[in-house]
Amino acid sequence: MAIEDYQIDLGEEKTYTIFAFTENKVGLLNRITIVFTRRHINIESITVSESEVKNVYRYTIIIKTTYAQVEKLVKQIAKQVDVLRASFYPEEETIFQEIAMYKIPMSSMINGSQVEGIVRDSNARILTVDPHYIIIEKTGHSEETRALFEKLAPFGILQFTRSGRIAITKHMKDLSTYLREQEEAYL
Amino acid sequence: MNALVAEASEKEKVIITEKKMVTGAQGLLLSLLEEGVDTIFGYPGGAIMPIYDALYDFADQLKHHLVRHEQGGAHAAQGYARITGKPGVCFATSGPGATNLITGIADAQIDSTPLVCITGQVASHLLGTDAFQETDVLGVTMPVTKWNYQVTRADEIPEAIAKAFYIATSGRPGPVLIDITKDAQNAKFEFEYKKCKRISSYYPVPKLNEKAIAAAAELINNAKKPYVLWGQGVLLSNAQEDLKAFIEKAGIPAAWTILGLAGLPTDHPLNVGMLGMHGNYGPNLLTNECDVLIAVGMRFDDRVTGDLKCYARQAKIIHIEIDPAEINKNVRADVAVNADAKVALQALLPLINENKHEAWLQKFRDCAKIEYEKVIAPEILPTEGKLKMAEVMHLVSELSEGKAVIVTDVGQHQMVAMRYYNFKDTRRSNITSGGLGTMGFCLPAAMGAKVGAPDRQVIAVIGDGGFQMTLQELGCIFQYQIGVKVLILNNNFLGMVRQWQQLFHQKRYSFTEMVNPDFVGIAKAYGITANKVTQRETLESSIQAMLDHEGPYVLEVVVEKEDNVFPMVPAGDSVSNIRLS
Repeated sequence: MAIEDYQIDLGEEKTYTIFAFTENKVGLLNRITIVFTRRHINIESITVSESEVKNVYRYTIIIKTTYAQVEKLVKQIAKQVDVLRASFYPEEETIFQEIAMYKIPMSSMINGSQVEGIVRDSNARILTVDPHYIIIEKTGHSEETRALFEKLAPFGILQFTRSGRIAITKHMKDLSTYLREQEEAYL
Repeated sequence: MNALVAEASEKEKVIITEKKMVTGAQGLLLSLLEEGVDTIFGYPGGAIMPIYDALYDFADQLKHHLVRHEQGGAHAAQGYARITGKPGVCFATSGPGATNLITGIADAQIDSTPLVCITGQVASHLLGTDAFQETDVLGVTMPVTKWNYQVTRADEIPEAIAKAFYIATSGRPGPVLIDITKDAQNAKFEFEYKKCKRISSYYPVPKLNEKAIAAAAELINNAKKPYVLWGQGVLLSNAQEDLKAFIEKAGIPAAWTILGLAGLPTDHPLNVGMLGMHGNYGPNLLTNECDVLIAVGMRFDDRVTGDLKCYARQAKIIHIEIDPAEINKNVRADVAVNADAKVALQALLPLINENKHEAWLQKFRDCAKIEYEKVIAPEILPTEGKLKMAEVMHLVSELSEGKAVIVTDVGQHQMVAMRYYNFKDTRRSNITSGGLGTMGFCLPAAMGAKVGAPDRQVIAVIGDGGFQMTLQELGCIFQYQIGVKVLILNNNFLGMVRQWQQLFHQKRYSFTEMVNPDFVGIAKAYGITANKVTQRETLESSIQAMLDHEGPYVLEVVVEKEDNVFPMVPAGDSVSNIRLS
């Protein structure tokens, strides 16, 4: 590959998913986000939770950038002392979802059957029913949760929230295999 | 196992192995002793007072130098680390004490210098309350440390310190900071120390990739115009002899980055000189003519490469580098060897063929001849006009026989010192602020270097601007009689900025001219012997007097005001466009 392919401003911008597996340490989230801040890169979404391995946390970070840039970012993340492993994948190599919640006033449910129809057609579900409001939950890609938002908008949406993307890779290798390989590559 | 050393008899020392209740402050100092620390640079204050109180009882084992500003403490620790190869240790209190360290920490981070910084912090119940002298030191230092950690319980101290030393010194070295709350310093705990040998999420030492080594050897053996660039990685891994054996066997010309300087004697026939913006003519020009470029322990900084789009495009690149994040960061490697420089060079040596590249080497010699005639000779051997920085450095080099430790600040004098000091001693002999370009680095760093290597001649070469940024450390130099020689090259200008203003801003000398104080008077007020030279006739004897003087000495040399450093690769330009005038 020629040198110019590695210039930051060249190359096609794509959505990449960065995974980092880390220890659970105070301040580590800050250390990881600094890698982006310093390079003036905006994070689309970031989620952190415990992974399949106890005490190992999984960061899922979504960014739109070039291959050259994401490669460097991931190396900088992997370099942090408390990071066990960091890797990146283009969108098509992951299965990903988001969750969205919609709060609708009960008053708009007078013609309740209509909302119920929308919920059913959208593969969403009603999470909570309260004398004043109902809460609807929908899992899907952002286009899908957005589409449901548009459909519910005429009924008055009191609150709407969307989680960041969570993702799983399509390949079959598990974390412990990666960690063992990494272990073997170093003294 | 606890390892408190105590006198068992007059003759022998024994290790006491029973556990002992100590305060967090005592535990910290015992931990430092376990790591072999004997020198600290620091400055006390409210939140670190328990540590200083404990230090009072350890004064014979831990020699503490009271600096005059925490920035000086950080730079002194850097100078100490750079000359000894051991991590430099500095203490500061919370809030302003800690923030004053930051320039030094950032400098150490970019120049891969192992530092262990200990800061006091307000008591843990006051964290986040904007208590007196409270700063989020962890947050503030995060972008400029290799690792940092806040201790809120005394019993965390030994493990935190053990990790700090391990992280600071392993792999690519760097600064770490441990922030210790005041209650943790005061609380008692059972002291036990175990050195850190491994951290599960940290892999500092890559295994050598034999395939990459074989591929590198093949490229080198088939090269017609191979060219080695070496950086500080060679010094950090003590690979000076390995580098020499490697280039001598394969007959490869080699050039250095300013942090790699003195890894090979300046006058070694294969040492072709300095890379980068004010480097030598041939090493820059011929970067774009070599066919295989072998980078050893360097990171292709923009001051070395100029415009990357026109940098060594014709060459196959072999990059030997311990930090994987540096590989393919700026320059794409055809063969990446993610390894310690010494390990890689030793593995390559038996695989490379003995060779000579006489015609290729002659090109460097031809360039050197042109540069000598056009630039060097008039710079180092002027017979009239004001004194020139280059002639001063040339004389310092001759009179100290190339054996001194040269510590520099940032700017014209730095480039001149690098260019004209003829290093003969390949132990760590050159200390400068390379990556961060920190004015004010030199004086405290030289002080730390002299403390670390008291038997070596340490010369601080500083401009009049940089000297005034940290000159308060003359107080520390005087108090502890640190025998550093301070050479101020005074051109009454911020010379490097002025040079750029002259060349690229139509001589609009915007706030670069300085009206300076009486430097000799300042030195003398600090009780330091000082002298000033303005004439060529007395230059040599004055430098000799400085070198011969026992103890600290300040020599101010008044030099030409509007002198320029050439050659020069204009910022962002190709290395091929290096200008001789």
